Amino acid sequence: MESRAHRFRRNIAEALANPVLQANLSKAKGKFVEKRAQAIQELDDFEATREAAREIRDRVLANLDLWLETFEANARARGATVLWAKDGNEVSRLVVEIAKRHGVKKVVKSKSMLSEEAGLNQALLAAGIEPVETDLGEYILQINGYEPPSHIIAPVVHKSLDEIADLFARTHRTPRKTEIAALTREARQVLREHFLTAEMGVTGGNFLIAETGSVALVTNEGNGRMVTTLPRVHVAITGIEKIVPTLEDLSTLMRLLPRSATGQSISNYVSVLTGTKNPAELDGPEHLYFILVDNGRTRLLGSDYQPMLRCIRCGACMNHCPVYQTIGGQAYGWVYPGPMGSVLTPLLLGLEKAHDLPYAATLCNQCGVVCPVKIPLPELLRNLREEADKRRLRPWRERLALRAWAWIALRPSLYALASRLLVRYLAWLAEGRGGISVLAAAPGWTMGRNFPAPEGETFRTRYRMRKRGP
Amino acid sequence: MRVGLLVTCLVDLMRPRIGFAALELLEAAGCTVIVPEQQTCCGQPAWNNGDRANAARLAKKLITEFEGCEYLVAPSGSCADHVRHGYPRILADEPTWQARAQALAAKTHELADFLVRIACLQKMPGNFAGRITYHDSCSGLRGLGVKEQPRALLQKLPALELVEMRGAEECCGFGGTFSVKFGAVSAAIAERKCHQAQALGVDAIVGGDLGCLLNIEGKLRRMGDAQTKVMHFAEVLTAKD
Repeated sequence: MESRAHRFRRNIAEALANPVLQANLSKAKGKFVEKRAQAIQELDDFEATREAAREIRDRVLANLDLWLETFEANARARGATVLWAKDGNEVSRLVVEIAKRHGVKKVVKSKSMLSEEAGLNQALLAAGIEPVETDLGEYILQINGYEPPSHIIAPVVHKSLDEIADLFARTHRTPRKTEIAALTREARQVLREHFLTAEMGVTGGNFLIAETGSVALVTNEGNGRMVTTLPRVHVAITGIEKIVPTLEDLSTLMRLLPRSATGQSISNYVSVLTGTKNPAELDGPEHLYFILVDNGRTRLLGSDYQPMLRCIRCGACMNHCPVYQTIGGQAYGWVYPGPMGSVLTPLLLGLEKAHDLPYAATLCNQCGVVCPVKIPLPELLRNLREEADKRRLRPWRERLALRAWAWIALRPSLYALASRLLVRYLAWLAEGRGGISVLAAAPGWTMGRNFPAPEGETFRTRYRMRKRGP
Repeated sequence: MRVGLLVTCLVDLMRPRIGFAALELLEAAGCTVIVPEQQTCCGQPAWNNGDRANAARLAKKLITEFEGCEYLVAPSGSCADHVRHGYPRILADEPTWQARAQALAAKTHELADFLVRIACLQKMPGNFAGRITYHDSCSGLRGLGVKEQPRALLQKLPALELVEMRGAEECCGFGGTFSVKFGAVSAAIAERKCHQAQALGVDAIVGGDLGCLLNIEGKLRRMGDAQTKVMHFAEVLTAKD
């Protein structure tokens, strides 16, 4: 997927100026938050479960190469083919090759963020193969001209029912419906035909289980099962970090994933798929391929950013992020929005291409406390800021202002003088009105709010006067 | 108890009365308060903007000024959190300084936390009357566990009614330099906070961090609300009619 992260500021301005988006965002806000809070209550000891999950993920990352080899051997023993992709282009090339090898004309897809990283739909189209998204949200985006998703688990959370009703009537040439059930039924009818005629299914993978060579899919709509059982060929594409050692580890993580994501105790479907169809089985694919993708992930191993690879893609960080709640997911410009996206996008694409993202956070740590695998997201964002500063990626004015302020703050007498003058200047600007409505030195502040007037003298000055006595 | 008061740069600049209120409360709790004259800023803006070198210089300066005190107390969860958790990390590469940072961190407290848990202040100097709601600032809440402490103090005022707003623990959108760099987003977040408080019809929104309070006050006034007051809890606890 082509990145628009470098034009983040423009994306933000557009998002804030879009009244439909703003209305949809404020409607969506809170739903995820409340449901998660309730679901967490069901666990006897959320913090202990979280700690166990973190430990599992760290254990894997400490020896990722070994776990990947274990997975590869076990998957092969069950008849699967394991392929490795360095980047998105390689993913697309491999998928197209597999499709051609098996004479595939149509591919049904279950949700896969990795295929978004790779821009797989475009590659399939270019090769004359029809991709059909079967996750309802992804399907809506596809028929809306391959619109990018705005959330990693709820890709159309930015859309209203009305917009979707219009889109369905226009695309399917059917009478307009506004009932969710009727819209879903319509999508199901359209998709059923595709499930039955596609020769290949493409999915992501929530987890890869090393001891069995299986892939686990966590879904709610059932499309994942259709995609992996009806077509002759199944291709599962995941990042190399998605490994868990055992099925028992999987069950620990599954206590947290649906609860953190949608506030469900468990998702409607949890599929653990192992190997190709054997002669005694009635369904399942004849050919199973795993494409395990790096796309920048190995660079994070052993770095300060390794904890980011623990991520299990639940979306809790974005659901709880005040910035995400205000601008929506598409503004972040690439596949992953919100706090995890603001860390991952610069790391995978290059900080120079997305150096505004780490600054787009108040560092409120709401993301850090809800993360089910304890990724210290604010700390990683701060690290990226340090790197951006060191590499001089930030505007020189910003760097200069920061340095000048620090230089003064290190010199108490100068600081006392400068702050006294600043306070007088601000008080003069406010002219007894209680606030300043346009502050030339900080237009960003006064664009949307007043700058309250200072009291008039610094604490330092008044404290000294008081000590001297009246 | 010899307490060093970290006034904080924002209070020094914008709201000296919060500094004096903190002083009054600490003295009411029986503390001997020292206000190191050379203090400027804890250096959090440098740290949060990726300027580690200056963050370290300012950290060392503050450590030198306050390490002689029995406690460091700040009327700000954000600054106290920075000293408590930021300093040892910033100075991680310099063992001697890190040890000094850790020693200071161990005796650093946010004002309400200190008054409730260490100084055990029982009687409030003020007699504020009115209906208020409390905004939990992020660093104090999630960094230092400041939640019940300011409420416990406020509820000792007999004529004060505390009502909780929805989303009290959500960020107000301030975020230090974020509020200037992404002003429109910051103000939009602040607007949600203001609506939550206004829905309760309170006389004042009260908090423990001046950054948040200036953000909320600026937004309220821009929204045309000249009525709802925005106050630091130290001001409320010392207010007299």
